[in-house]
Amino acid sequence: MAGKVDALYFFLVAVSAFFVIVIAAFVIYFGIRYRRRAHGEVGMKVVPSLALEIAWTIIPLGLGLVMFAWGAQIYFNQTRPPAETLDIYVVGKQWMWKFQHLDGRREINELHVPVGRAVRLTGTSEDVIHSFFVPAFRLKADVIPGRYTTLWFNATKAGRYHLFCAEYCGTKHSGMVGTVVVMEPNEYQAWLAGGGGEGSLASQGQKLFQDLACITCHRADGQGRGPALEGVFGSRVSLNSGQVVVADEAYLRESILSPSAKIAAGFQPLMPTFQGLVSEEQLLALIEYVKSLKGLAPSQPAADTPGGPAPGRTTPARGPQSPSERQRQNPKK
Amino acid sequence: MDTLAFPRTHYLNAEYGLKSWLLTTDHKRIGLLFLGAISLFFILGGIFAGLIRLELLTPPGDLVSDDTYNKLFTMHGIVMVFMFLIPSIPAVMGNFFVPIMIGARDLAFPRLNLLSWYIFMTGGLFTLYAIVTGGVDTGWTFYTPFSTLSSHSNVMTAAIGIFIIGFSSILTGLNFIVTIHTMRAPGMTWFRMPLFLWAMYATSLINVLATPVLAITIFAVALERALHMGIFDPAYGGDPVLFQHLFWFYSHPAVYIMILPAMGVVSEVIAAFSRKSIFGYKFVAFSSLAIAVFGFLVWGHHMFVAGMSVYGAMIFSVLSFLVAVPSAVKVFNWTATLYKGSISYQTPMLYALGFIGLFTIGGLTGLFLASLGVDVHVTDTYFVVAHFHYIMVGGAIMGYLGGLHYWWPKMTGRMYPDMWGRVAAVVTFLGFNLTFFPQFVLGYMGMPRRYHAYPPEFQALNVLSTAGASIMGIGYLIPAIYLLWSLKYGAIAGNNPWGAKGLEWEIPSPPPTFNFDKTPVVTEPAYAYETREK
Repeated sequence: MAGKVDALYFFLVAVSAFFVIVIAAFVIYFGIRYRRRAHGEVGMKVVPSLALEIAWTIIPLGLGLVMFAWGAQIYFNQTRPPAETLDIYVVGKQWMWKFQHLDGRREINELHVPVGRAVRLTGTSEDVIHSFFVPAFRLKADVIPGRYTTLWFNATKAGRYHLFCAEYCGTKHSGMVGTVVVMEPNEYQAWLAGGGGEGSLASQGQKLFQDLACITCHRADGQGRGPALEGVFGSRVSLNSGQVVVADEAYLRESILSPSAKIAAGFQPLMPTFQGLVSEEQLLALIEYVKSLKGLAPSQPAADTPGGPAPGRTTPARGPQSPSERQRQNPKK
Repeated sequence: MDTLAFPRTHYLNAEYGLKSWLLTTDHKRIGLLFLGAISLFFILGGIFAGLIRLELLTPPGDLVSDDTYNKLFTMHGIVMVFMFLIPSIPAVMGNFFVPIMIGARDLAFPRLNLLSWYIFMTGGLFTLYAIVTGGVDTGWTFYTPFSTLSSHSNVMTAAIGIFIIGFSSILTGLNFIVTIHTMRAPGMTWFRMPLFLWAMYATSLINVLATPVLAITIFAVALERALHMGIFDPAYGGDPVLFQHLFWFYSHPAVYIMILPAMGVVSEVIAAFSRKSIFGYKFVAFSSLAIAVFGFLVWGHHMFVAGMSVYGAMIFSVLSFLVAVPSAVKVFNWTATLYKGSISYQTPMLYALGFIGLFTIGGLTGLFLASLGVDVHVTDTYFVVAHFHYIMVGGAIMGYLGGLHYWWPKMTGRMYPDMWGRVAAVVTFLGFNLTFFPQFVLGYMGMPRRYHAYPPEFQALNVLSTAGASIMGIGYLIPAIYLLWSLKYGAIAGNNPWGAKGLEWEIPSPPPTFNFDKTPVVTEPAYAYETREK
């Protein structure tokens, strides 16, 4: 991606340099050729030229449209992650970057990723707007309180890269910096294996789901006062209002913080708000847990043990990856 | 040259005493009141800029504390944008010359004009009060929820100051629109008007239409800070990005409030010092209006990384490329005006040529920011800082200084030493480029803006930038000295020291209180240089 951005950048530099040089050349040439030689001299009559006016309106317009199309195409790709991504969550707060890997591993101001894999970050902020900026990847996206933004990259070279906060966020704005550590796959595996024993993010979410008593209403058997959440992520949910929404991260978040905003059809607005009771990171764990709840097959009511097996163990059903880097179908594809 | 006599009575000596200035309704005196006020604000903003550049000499934040640094760039932005650049050319030269250039005795609403100045001063004092009692640290952009939730500085005092200043812009804009519509002298048709007036007209339209949105936005911030109404802060159910939409709906057109007047000045100066009519007059005139109209439709390009929808971003991107076209048309027409002219290089012309160079670079680098894929990388970096300084300092301030030097003899009746003027113009141009060109490179390397401390690999370019800033400072200091000197010791200017066309050059310098003894009748288009006897 960096190469594509640079190609357009240098095209723009070339076009700009061309125009600056041409304009400067004309100004200097006319400036010398037509300098005032006698006091009281005046300029000569010049016939206006409609053709010239049209030419220097149309040519910049055409060039501009080329630049637009080229830039838009890059942007389109920048905002569309591939189907298979390694998912990581990021939470910005004054003044640090917090990362949560799916295997439960947490980092602050350091992000470890493997080389050559598409990494998708889903981010939000605990307080004010921050902006996740890795210059080497030509990549930037604001993290905004109250909503999730995503960005993705595929690092092609191992190394350590600057991570900056690019949106002014207060006193230590320039201290809200970190490092993206891109590692060879085997080193990355070793790094992953060195994680703490907290269990996967989804299993942390499952524990919260029990501690916060979510489970008393959102029962897997569908007999609770709230809807069963198995298979809900990525599905279309009919609401009491008659609307239909896609249950994405933003919907789950809203349903936890402002439950009465979008009530699923057939349910009462009984759920209390969890605003102020759960942190952004706990929200992400809960969401990750809900994502892990696959649809119920009648024959196997508890098909998917929440959170999956411990990190490092292979999951035959999903191939050789550990859950921390399991590949997920991108629901927004 | 004929011996020139200073007129015996003119607007400056018609009345004496403080009261005669503070209660004046003479558009020329009000212009000078604005000149005095904004010059002080410019010095203040310049001091903030100097401290910022000093801090950035070294990578760690070692000169001032981080909070102080954040306040410095905030107050630099607020003072320069709202208290210098936005009023600059319209309030000083517009006030002084709009009536004269259309052959009128004053603006349509002289007392409203004086009110504009008092409103401006009231707002300015509010903002000054916010500065001296601890300052503001939100950035001049006041982004929420930082400004509503997080900042403990004098946000509301400063914001109220800006809110008040806005009404000054609205009233001045209204005054100009009505004046240009209704008070043109006989024969002064729309297409005989000097292009400075077209620029003032376009600017006034933006002032009247856009400034209320800024007022509404500030009011909404106040409601949220004071009453916790959920408008922008997600904690109260608001949307922080809504603020950015509202803010840039004003503040992008505000860029054109700053640059269009300078373009108008450049048209006057290029014509006068090439002694030629502006090539493609109507194209230059209508490009001002086109910029004013398109300028309202591109605000979203400030928010391409703020979670905007992909297709929304594409629409704002393509519109941003469109708004570049009328600016390009102006540059081409100015260049073509030089062809077969009789070009002299007195001070105003050097500023105007400097403007063309710097504005061209500023405009072309704007294409990088309109271009989505590149904007993602360079937005919120020093690339943006460099780009908008090329427009606002390289463009607007070069235009302002060009206009000030062009009309200074008319305003004061005295000449300044042209040699020093030319030296200052060249020093400013060189210092400016040394200050801001390295910042394009810094931005592409990834240095974010508003950083108090930065990684060591960025130091060399920052040192260059600071060195340039000190040269630029000298470039601004020289005119301050010789212009003040000229008030007493300058040679007598006479009616028309440049041999320029235009109604303002047909009356004495300084002009009499009511400008014209009898209403002039206009019989030829603007810039009819070529028809004159040699």
